[in-house]
Amino acid sequence: MPGLVHVTTTINGNQTDFLCEPRQSLLECLRDVVGMTGSKEGCNDGNCGACTVNLDGRIVTSCLVLGVEAQGAEVNTIEGVASADGLHPIQQAFLENAALQCGICTPGFIVAAKALLEAEPDADEARIRHWLAGNLCRCTGYDKIVRAVIDAGERMRA
Amino acid sequence: MRAIDYVAPTSLSEAVSVLSANGDRARPLAGGTDIIVQLRGGRRELDVLVDAKTIPELNQIEMTDSGLRLGAAVPCYEIYQNQQVAAAYPGLIDAAGLIGSIQIQGRASIGGNLCNAAPSGDSIPPVITLGGEAHINGPNGWRAVAAENFCTGPGRSVLEPGEILVGIQIPAPVANSGTAYLRFIPRNEMDIAVAGVSSSVVLDASGQTIQSARIALASVGPTPILATAAGDSLAGKAASDDAIAEAGRLASEAATPITDMRGTIRQRHHLVDVLTRRTLNIAIRRARGEE
Repeated sequence: MPGLVHVTTTINGNQTDFLCEPRQSLLECLRDVVGMTGSKEGCNDGNCGACTVNLDGRIVTSCLVLGVEAQGAEVNTIEGVASADGLHPIQQAFLENAALQCGICTPGFIVAAKALLEAEPDADEARIRHWLAGNLCRCTGYDKIVRAVIDAGERMRA
Repeated sequence: MRAIDYVAPTSLSEAVSVLSANGDRARPLAGGTDIIVQLRGGRRELDVLVDAKTIPELNQIEMTDSGLRLGAAVPCYEIYQNQQVAAAYPGLIDAAGLIGSIQIQGRASIGGNLCNAAPSGDSIPPVITLGGEAHINGPNGWRAVAAENFCTGPGRSVLEPGEILVGIQIPAPVANSGTAYLRFIPRNEMDIAVAGVSSSVVLDASGQTIQSARIALASVGPTPILATAAGDSLAGKAASDDAIAEAGRLASEAATPITDMRGTIRQRHHLVDVLTRRTLNIAIRRARGEE
């Protein structure tokens, strides 16, 4: 049986080393090895987006990345979104627009929305809905989430 | 997922030697968006995953005088964000931009789409209509296979144990040519094609006559299908509604669909007809520089 592999990666700006089996997903490594449980497991097959993290500048479903593939990579998770000064504008907009109910999908939506608004600050509603098609929410009906991201875009441009 | 070994080779020869040593117990890992799901679900059992993303040749995306050399592990987003590639091959971009979600497009590659050999692989029809060729390396050296001959059945391809798809070579677009891909799904995003069609055309200098055309189908047979008679029917014809309708009818005849949870045989034949006509019209407009 393959042994544990030593992986060195940068998570939210901090060099992080962990040991994992090659079969373990990056999501499992984040949650069960590193102890960062902000990224959620929904479907575990790449459909729901609850496990979305930013890997080397691109959003990915961390359930479909092996932990060993994160060797040398830059990983940014929901835990790195707020700063010492307080919530990120996207988080604030989610709160004020009541864009969550159970909250399981929320970290994935916020990490995905942040990648969009940083790359395309003027993203319109159609673009936001298209970008977020890989994130599923069973509570809100999406409308409040989309409104929150539109609101966050306005805050970030201001 | 049961225990598995992971190898990150730094050269093609190292990858081939690991793959050869493990036979059908090893497979390359590109974006992982199919193979990790298959391994986790018990639909595939392997001892070794060989990371294709650490092999330099598999990560190159390069435009040359002879066309596009697309490394097998290059993810979709790198393809559609490459403006040179996007301008030259809009039909390929049609497909790269609709595979899975933005998250999936950050990992999934067109090479992986070919090797997964799903009948529904969205990027395979445009690779076929663009005249793509799969460049394969293995214990016996190099060989090239036309894209339309790469898939041999659902989940099966011409790759022998020990072989790896290194890249896809797509010829440089000729003057007055255009390509398009469309699929039908019952929602806007994130679904598997009920049917998909890519069409490519080469027009004469006037833009009125079709010199040659290729039409390829997805999700309507055990493999992607090159509808040869449908494409050939357009050669030398005026780019007219009648000629396009006849090509749609012939493409529909070339389909060999099944009825399953996504659609019926009858619906799929109809969809191939409609999507063939639509993609031909888009390809013709692109060939004329109208879009």
